[in-house]
Parts: sequence; structure tokens; C-alpha cells
Amino acid sequence: MNGDSKHIIRVENLHKAFGTNNVLEGVDIQIEEGKVTTIIGKSGIGKSVLLKNIIGIMKPDKGKIFFKGEDVTALPKSKLLELRKNMGYLFQDAALFDFMTVEENISFPIIEQLKIKSRSEIKKRVAKLLDLVELPGIEKRMPSELSGGMRKRVGLARAIAVEPQVVLFDEPTTGLDPILAENINELIMMVNKKLSMTCLVISHDIASTFRRTDKVAFLHDGTIGFFGNPDEAVASKHPVLKKFISNSFRPLED
Amino acid sequence: MVMIFFDKLGRKIVSKLESLGKFSLFLVEIVRWLFVPPFRFKEIFYYTEKIGVDSIAIVSLSTFTTGMIIGLQLVNILRLLGAEIYAGAGVAFSMSRELAPVITAIVLIAKNGSGMTAEIGSMKVTEQIDALETMTVNPLRYLVVPRLFASILVFPALTALANVVGILGGYVASVYIMQVNKVYYLKEMYFWVDPEDIWSGLIKAFVFGIIVTVICCFNGLNTKGGAKGVGDATTKAVVISTISILIADYFMTYLFISIFLRV
Repeated sequence: MNGDSKHIIRVENLHKAFGTNNVLEGVDIQIEEGKVTTIIGKSGIGKSVLLKNIIGIMKPDKGKIFFKGEDVTALPKSKLLELRKNMGYLFQDAALFDFMTVEENISFPIIEQLKIKSRSEIKKRVAKLLDLVELPGIEKRMPSELSGGMRKRVGLARAIAVEPQVVLFDEPTTGLDPILAENINELIMMVNKKLSMTCLVISHDIASTFRRTDKVAFLHDGTIGFFGNPDEAVASKHPVLKKFISNSFRPLED
Repeated sequence: MVMIFFDKLGRKIVSKLESLGKFSLFLVEIVRWLFVPPFRFKEIFYYTEKIGVDSIAIVSLSTFTTGMIIGLQLVNILRLLGAEIYAGAGVAFSMSRELAPVITAIVLIAKNGSGMTAEIGSMKVTEQIDALETMTVNPLRYLVVPRLFASILVFPALTALANVVGILGGYVASVYIMQVNKVYYLKEMYFWVDPEDIWSGLIKAFVFGIIVTVICCFNGLNTKGGAKGVGDATTKAVVISTISILIADYFMTYLFISIFLRV
């Protein structure tokens, strides 16, 4: 099992409950290295919970998560922290530290995780990252001065600041207008193609997602109801997935 | 009906025990991180300024007024016995042993304890705490430990200031308003008040600093929901920390009186 080099992340029989509410009830999923995998599913079904379990800020009740063949759930805390350096996370509302400037936000993981202390080196890296997300020169702004789309792009710059192998995106396009959403989707592709990072994306933006993603996972009733490429998803007989997809593509009727 | 009552009671007890367990684990974690370098001096200085320097005016105003009130009351009562020259000793006793640490703590709960809960609570509900963790930064170490170090420094320092200002307030009220003889007033104060009185108050302030910070940060980190959750957590933190310092004050007073303080 552990020798599968194609899959950078493997989740086996993952269970997570909150009190009496069983959210994940045996999730199995394999994430291919260097690809974009998109998780779709109804709101509140546990997609974010799955991502938070993968990055290790939530502990599963049962099941295993492997990162490059290493069982993350069995690692001591020190090793888990080390392993977390290989993952970046873009939160739904970007989760920028609101008491820090954009520059301080992006330099935070550079200082904390890469232990870089040189001010000029940090400034250089921050400027490069802001260029990458097409927001040059906003270093001194506070998060409260940014629009929703800008916050997400700064959040993305922070998530990729330590050059992780995997970036997890929690609904990166939710709440954005179609043009901004497209822009964020293009940035995800840039992260994947240009920076060669594996991307795991939660999205409700089915139409746009299906054009770009390599794999689609459909989370339903606490398990992965479907896993395959977008064409297979469209052809799937899974009743709920079928409804999910057809509603996303259906034109408006008179 | 009876079954429903016991079911509800049982659930309530379990939930309280769960919170207590969580709080105990939180305390153990905090104590552990207190001694693990590197210490975040930048954050410690920041909070020392925020809790300490920025509170000098409000603590001074509160304790000066308190000192004046105690001065007025004591002179008024002691004059009936012809013993108003002892008012200075009374003001100094009450300020150093009780009022300076307690008033300072209550002012700091209102001004900074509530702020700690609200800040950490809003970070919690906007996933900023989760973001810290994804960047391998322990939230307790980053958010709680520097605040605790700052409080340990600031609470006793502001209490020392409160002693001076409060006693001055008492002096102003007794000597300039109630016309007590200032020589006898000061003489009796020097005679009766010992360094132990001051120390006991400063030890209390040190303990209050720990209690307030730990309770307010714990409530912030356990905030649930949105803006309402932050509001509820802040109210809870202010109420619990105020009651806790008063209870702790009683036990410490009892202990100090049994060990080294005169009646």
C-alpha cells in the first residue's frame, strides 16, 4: 500500500463526528501527485472537515491519512508539524490575520516555517509572491482595505509562500463574481502548472471546475460517492451527482 | 417528567465536566509553553504596552477616586471617636491589601480581559486560529503565552502605581477636604503600615494577572459561532474572571492573615 508513488495523499476509511453528528463515515480517496483534484458535494456535507483532517488541524476519530506513504495520523506532533510544511491551505474567507499588513501576513509563514530572518530576503519573497497573484505593491495595506477577491489572492500568496508540495483550497471562488472567480481558477491552474504543486480544491463552481480539474470526487452521505475524471462524472449514474451536475449546467427556463 | 429532568441534569453535568477537563488540559499546555524557548519578546513587549502603559491613566483615575472615597468615609466615621488621624493608616491598609489589586484587576478585566476574549474569539470564528496551525504555529504559544507574560508583569506594576495614587487620593480627601492634621495623619500611616501590606497586595495582583489572562484567553479560544458567539464568550469571560478574582482574593487574604499580616 505504501509504495504507491503516484498518489501523494491517500485517505483510508476516515471517520469524523461532532457529538452525535456523523460527518465523515468512511472516506477513501487518493490524490494524484501534480494533478488538480476537486471535491464537490452539498453544503455542510463535510468537505472542509475532510481538508482539515488532511492537513492535520483536526484529528480523525477513525481511519488513516497517508502523505507520501507516511501515516500522518500516527505521527508524533513534532513530525506532524514538519510534515505540515509540505502543505498550504487557502481558507474560505482567506483567514488573513487582520492585525497584520499584507506584507506581514505573507512573511508570517516565511519567518515561522522557513526560519528566514533577513529582512531584505523576506521583502524580496513577498514582492515576488504578490507579483505572482497579480497584486504588486500592496504590501502596506491592511486586510480590511482589500476586496474579497484581493483577500483570496493574498491568502493564496501566503499559502504558497513556503513552496509546499500540496495546496488545499477551501471554496476559493465562493462569494466572488464570475470574472473574479475565473481569475482565481486561473491562479489555481498557475499554481498547478507553473509551480508544479498538487491542488486539492473544494468547489461549488461546477461549470468552471469541470473544464480544468483532472479528477472529481463527490462527497455524499459521509463517503466518496464518486471518484473519476470530469467526463466520467458527467456520465455517472449516481442519482444525486447526476442531479448536482445537471442543475449546474441547466440553462434558465422561461 | 422526572426522567426528562434527570436527562437534562445529566447532560448539563457532563458538559460542565467536559469544559473543566478542557480547561485543565489548557492549563497544562500553557504551563508547558511558559518554559519552552524561544520566547516571543516582540509580542510580550507589545502586550505589555497595550495592557500596561495604555492603562496607566484609567487605573490612576479609578484608584485616586477610590482612595478619596475611602478617605472621606474613614474620616467621617473616625471623627465620631476623635480618631481621624488614623484615617491615613486605614486608607493605606485598605488600598495596599485589597483595593489597589482588586480595583486594578477589575479595570484591566473591563479594558483588556474583554479585549483578549474578543480578539482571540473573532480570530477563532474567522479561521485565523486554524490558519496559525496550518503554518505550524501553536496558537497557545503565539496568542496566550505572550499575553500571560505581559499580565504577570503589568498587573503588579499597575497595582504598585494604584497604591501610590490611591493613598494620595486618600490624603487629598482627608487633609485638604476634611481638614485632618497632616503631620499626625502621615505619622500614623507610617507607623501602622508595613512592607508586608504592600507585598501581600502585589502577590494578589500577580495571581489576578494569571487568572484573568487564562480565563479570558480560554474563552476566546473556545468561541463558537459568529459575532454573537464572540459577544457571548466576552461576557462570560468578564463575569467568570471578575468572580474568580474575588474568590481567589478571599482565600489569599485568609492565607496572608494566618501567616504574616496583623489584624
